[in-house]
Amino acid sequence: MFWGSRKTINMNYFPDEVLEHVFDFITSHKDRNSVSLVCKSWYKIEKYSRQRVFLGNCYSISPERLIARFPGLKSLTLKGKPHFADFNLVPDDWGGFLYPWIKAMGKSRIGLEELKLKRMVVSDESLELLSKSFPNFKSLVLVSCEGFTTDGLAAIAANCRFLRELDLQENEVEDHRGHWLSCFPESCTSLVSLNFACLKGEINLASLERLVTRSPNLKSLRLNRAVPFDTLQRLLIRAPQLVDLGTGSYVNDPSSEAYKKFKAAIQSCNSIRSLSGFLEVAPRCMSAIYPICENLTFLNLSYAAGLQSNELTKLIQHCRKLQRLWILDCIGDKGLGVVASACKELQELRVFPSDPFDAGNAAVTEEGLVLVSAGCPKLNSLLYFCQRMTNAALITVAKNCTNFIRFRLCILDPIKPDPVTNQPLDEGFGAIVRSCKGLKRLSLSGLLTDQVFYYIGMYAKKLEMLSIAFAGDSDKGMLYVLNGCKKLRKLEIRDCPFGDAALLEDMGKYETMRSLWMSTCEVTLGACKMLAKKMPNLNIEIINENEQTESNLDDNQKVDKMYLYRTLVGHREDAPEFVWLL
Amino acid sequence: MSPPLLGVEEEVQSNVSSPSVDCGLGLKERNYLGLSDCSSVDSSGVCLPDNNKNNLNLKATELRLGLPGSQSPDRETELCLLNSGKLDEKPLFPLLPSKDGICSSSQKNVVTGNKRGFSEVKGYVYKEKNWMFHEAGSDSESPQSVGHGKYPGISGVNVILSAMSHGAQASVTKDEPANVLQKQPHATSGINLKQTDISNNKSSAPAAKAQVVGWPPVRSFRAKTLANSSKNNDEVDGKPGPASLFVKVSMDGAPYLRKVDLRTYSTYRELSAALEKMFSCFTLGQCGSHAAAGKEILSQSKLKDLLHGSEYVLIYKDKDGDWMLVGDVPWEMFIETCKRLKIMKSSDAIGLGTTKNCGAGHGALLGLNSLMSYNSK
Repeated sequence: MFWGSRKTINMNYFPDEVLEHVFDFITSHKDRNSVSLVCKSWYKIEKYSRQRVFLGNCYSISPERLIARFPGLKSLTLKGKPHFADFNLVPDDWGGFLYPWIKAMGKSRIGLEELKLKRMVVSDESLELLSKSFPNFKSLVLVSCEGFTTDGLAAIAANCRFLRELDLQENEVEDHRGHWLSCFPESCTSLVSLNFACLKGEINLASLERLVTRSPNLKSLRLNRAVPFDTLQRLLIRAPQLVDLGTGSYVNDPSSEAYKKFKAAIQSCNSIRSLSGFLEVAPRCMSAIYPICENLTFLNLSYAAGLQSNELTKLIQHCRKLQRLWILDCIGDKGLGVVASACKELQELRVFPSDPFDAGNAAVTEEGLVLVSAGCPKLNSLLYFCQRMTNAALITVAKNCTNFIRFRLCILDPIKPDPVTNQPLDEGFGAIVRSCKGLKRLSLSGLLTDQVFYYIGMYAKKLEMLSIAFAGDSDKGMLYVLNGCKKLRKLEIRDCPFGDAALLEDMGKYETMRSLWMSTCEVTLGACKMLAKKMPNLNIEIINENEQTESNLDDNQKVDKMYLYRTLVGHREDAPEFVWLL
Repeated sequence: MSPPLLGVEEEVQSNVSSPSVDCGLGLKERNYLGLSDCSSVDSSGVCLPDNNKNNLNLKATELRLGLPGSQSPDRETELCLLNSGKLDEKPLFPLLPSKDGICSSSQKNVVTGNKRGFSEVKGYVYKEKNWMFHEAGSDSESPQSVGHGKYPGISGVNVILSAMSHGAQASVTKDEPANVLQKQPHATSGINLKQTDISNNKSSAPAAKAQVVGWPPVRSFRAKTLANSSKNNDEVDGKPGPASLFVKVSMDGAPYLRKVDLRTYSTYRELSAALEKMFSCFTLGQCGSHAAAGKEILSQSKLKDLLHGSEYVLIYKDKDGDWMLVGDVPWEMFIETCKRLKIMKSSDAIGLGTTKNCGAGHGALLGLNSLMSYNSK
């Protein structure tokens, strides 16, 4: 061949195994996708050596095609419902079922070892099938899922002999009471991570203690509220090697024996870097935690409603190495000032509302944010629920912290302007996008006009996900974003005056994105139909909760909820009645 | 806190001798917005028709205080309400026209001496497609209004806000967030205001807070957990014995709050005496400029009159987060449930007399009498 005469080394002369070995070093999904596009032989090698697959939308491809494409699949991440489902905007039976995936993979030769799911509907049946289909199954991580009970967990515990990780984060689990823990056989000693903090029911404490005792590799343990203080203390004695601890009920009397023992036990846990829990908390017992604070890198007190601002700040003052802090807004602006002065390594801050539905009570304002931005230059990820925000504050924050990758601001009153100047917050957010060139995720709130979208389209060149609510004046706003944000993958919009013109202007754009959500906007059924007709690679779903049939609506009527996403497999077969696939 | 709208209307009507309002307050389905159906309607604080995009229709956003069911003559309305004819009489709850032309209220309005009020508006609880309205108290120290009203001509949610207050209401410390969101109905809107649910919810869920669907964007798991958590933490015994019970006391117009230990008093009278002493300095200055009080020189006794008589009402926030009139329950019960105190201008306190415990009780009259005397000036 022509190539033979060149003196350059041709990688195709290397045996496949060598290439495979090289590809092993390429871990990012994006890069591996690129590798597979180079040539046919690379495609083939990459295909068979690919072990980890990430599917941001479970309906973009079918299980069968996935299995055919990556037969060596060992680790799968699946996301189901659109993000706004977290806020009750998507009806329960919309979709995102796990079962078909387990069934298909179980039938094939896939040796699944890891499964990570987000916003999926997981039935006990699917968990049981999972536990029986994959003998090497090691890790199950469920985030914001629903549809299962502790019986499903029992199946996992009983049948996955090499289980290393069972991590349940914020799932709606029907609790049939704590026997699932007892289903871990005595022979199971491989646990590295066990997180059942979201379970509401009782736990068999004796089983838990035995399990922890026979799990020498246990690094992460997050208990639920039903685990009392003295059990926690005993567990710590058994597992001083813990790196990540989530307390159960943290209530005791500081003068008691149990408390003293706890203080002693926790002193020997000098590997703990991450601390969470405290759903039930006795503030006077917090001082026992102080000794481990200096090594903490992640502190999650976002469920600790029982702690007041002064207790929080006293604790945080000890956490000099903190990188991630999740906290409730009762910490207050002053408390955030303490964070700013104590936590110089802080990269991620999340301030949640302790009283979400009473906006008058939100204890943090723009001042707290400004303080943190001034004191924590490494800040790159923010989720901030506050009572008010000013343009001046946002401009200051933008100046202080140029490294934001995620900036999510939620002013509890959805269209509140700058209370000082009475202006929309366009300039403030404009400053953020202008200054933070690496911004990938942005959530807006407050009073906003088309101008903010102009800025976003102009400056947010790396933006991948944008969440908009109650903002904008006209179609121009949405168009600025669609035209300017070249890297946009997910756009979710609610209650904005964006309509057909914006939706239809650049239909090809949606094939470059994962999904678009528009609810309570100005989009009409006719426009959605046209889009569906012109773009066969998109699924346009209309979620219609009223009892109107498709024939009743005419094309001029506005659509309540529209969700569109790119897909290789056309209409899904499991859509419920209220979802119209155009 | 005052019960949902319907209950309040009924109660107030029974207490006041003003013309009873026939809103057709039966158990009818209402459109919470009513805008698309009655686009020319513009009741107080309500959204504007589409062509008023981005305009601040100050007239429409003016929040005025009055009895429910009454409308000022200069307000257009399709509501079947009897107009009291008095310009001073302000609707307590600006009434939204419903699909059926039946009035429903969406906000509790507060009036100030200068006819600029703040919208202590909260949103609605969306419960299985039905909205129930419930007010939650505000922690602001003085009535303020909120920023722009936004009236995009969209079938989205429109927030009712009133213009920022200027002038006399100077001691603005915090903004009062306006959370009422109105949704312009369109074909697929499933939001209806059901009278049945309001009246039912009045008795069954008086503590329900108001919210808009999906807002704020907090994961429902987290929202539920926190809601349960705060209930439980009240019961968790991490506190020392009942040694002291400090609660914050705020007063409209005062620049800072005070704290009192409720356990040091054993009767309401003692408490109110103590509060008088604490707040006399503020009140003196305030009332000196208060148009309604005229140019009288104030003294302790005047303050007493103020507190007990016409100008001020003492309210407290209970465990459920509702604002209640002080004095309805036995003292022991009161100190167990009181979380916070507030000395509120009686003009702001309309409707608070109709507490969940006492219907047309003394408290109602107190509030209303104040209004009457205030209006007559």
